[in-house]
Amino acid sequence: MNSADVIPLPIAVLICGCLLAGAFFALAGAVGLVRLKSFYQRVHAPTLGSSLGMGLILVSSILYFSLARGHPVLHEILIAVFLTLTTPISLMLIVRAALARDRFEGNPDVPPVETLD
Amino acid sequence: MRRWLPYPAMSLFILATWLVLNQSLAPGHLLLGVILGLVLGAAFGRLQPPPLRIRDRRRLLRLGAVVVADVIRSNLALLRILVAGRARAVRSGFVTIPLQLTDPYGLAVLACIITATPGTIWMSYRAREGLLLIHVFDLVDEGEWVRTITERYETPLREIFE
Amino acid sequence: MSAALLLPVITIAQLMLVSAMALHVFRMVRGPRAQDRVVALDAFYVSGMLLLITLGMRTGSTRYFEASVIIALLGFATTVALAKFLMRGEVVE
Repeated sequence: MNSADVIPLPIAVLICGCLLAGAFFALAGAVGLVRLKSFYQRVHAPTLGSSLGMGLILVSSILYFSLARGHPVLHEILIAVFLTLTTPISLMLIVRAALARDRFEGNPDVPPVETLD
Repeated sequence: MRRWLPYPAMSLFILATWLVLNQSLAPGHLLLGVILGLVLGAAFGRLQPPPLRIRDRRRLLRLGAVVVADVIRSNLALLRILVAGRARAVRSGFVTIPLQLTDPYGLAVLACIITATPGTIWMSYRAREGLLLIHVFDLVDEGEWVRTITERYETPLREIFE
Repeated sequence: MSAALLLPVITIAQLMLVSAMALHVFRMVRGPRAQDRVVALDAFYVSGMLLLITLGMRTGSTRYFEASVIIALLGFATTVALAKFLMRGEVVE
């Protein structure tokens, strides 16, 4: 906490708001991951933390470092870009693997093939 | 020009990434970034990516704005369900959607849009029949989801890429 | 003044992220199936990365940023490898 006092109070309040909201999204996603009943429901929960939760925390970090250092610190954008590109890919791969396994085992909860009914 | 810079957008993206990563505009970093951009851009060409044609850039930007708004809205919707403890009463299910979109880039973007939006996940796609299977967390009406995906995302994507 | 406000808020956010990580570990241990554990691991590394970002804000150092980038890269590679592993033995188009 070296030079945080340089940050004007209204912006500090904004940083706090983004940080708390982001952490809350991540926590809500984790609660969903634990509480939801079926696998395909649970997959949805962590996307809260990896979309808006991640975004809000990175925004607060960008604001914090840019103001504390007095020049724009933007490398958090890299993490945001990287995560928005990769989380859909990894989720899709997991879900496809789960679907393949469930179909292989003949699980009645998943549709055997894509059809229009 | 075409030989040294077959993918200018990709090379530019690599240069920008390098500069942001190093937080510097010093000549040394610029030089390294340009070299990286040229070499990795050429290496990317060796992967033989299918040709990309963006017909309508304005439409692409508009779609981007729609997606950002949708991601925020569905984040809040999913949060409301989880916090209200309504999660156990929610009906989730699979929806099959017939797609007319066939462009590989369009399909890739659609997959990312659907999966990045909390509450929907792209499950699988059969190219021969053009059938897409998605899983919806809060499924009220199947027909409505078919309409939403088709009108909101597929139609603009076809206008952009096909 | 700003520091006096920011420090406790960062602590609260970190506590929330640590509880999220604990819940992810719970799901990872509990399973019941392999795909549940992989999803939990994927979410676990994302929240671990977010925790490192808040740690950077607490110490005022950008060093943690590099660690977060590495976590994001390795976590993605891990998830992809594990998802591929789950597919083994089944017919993949």
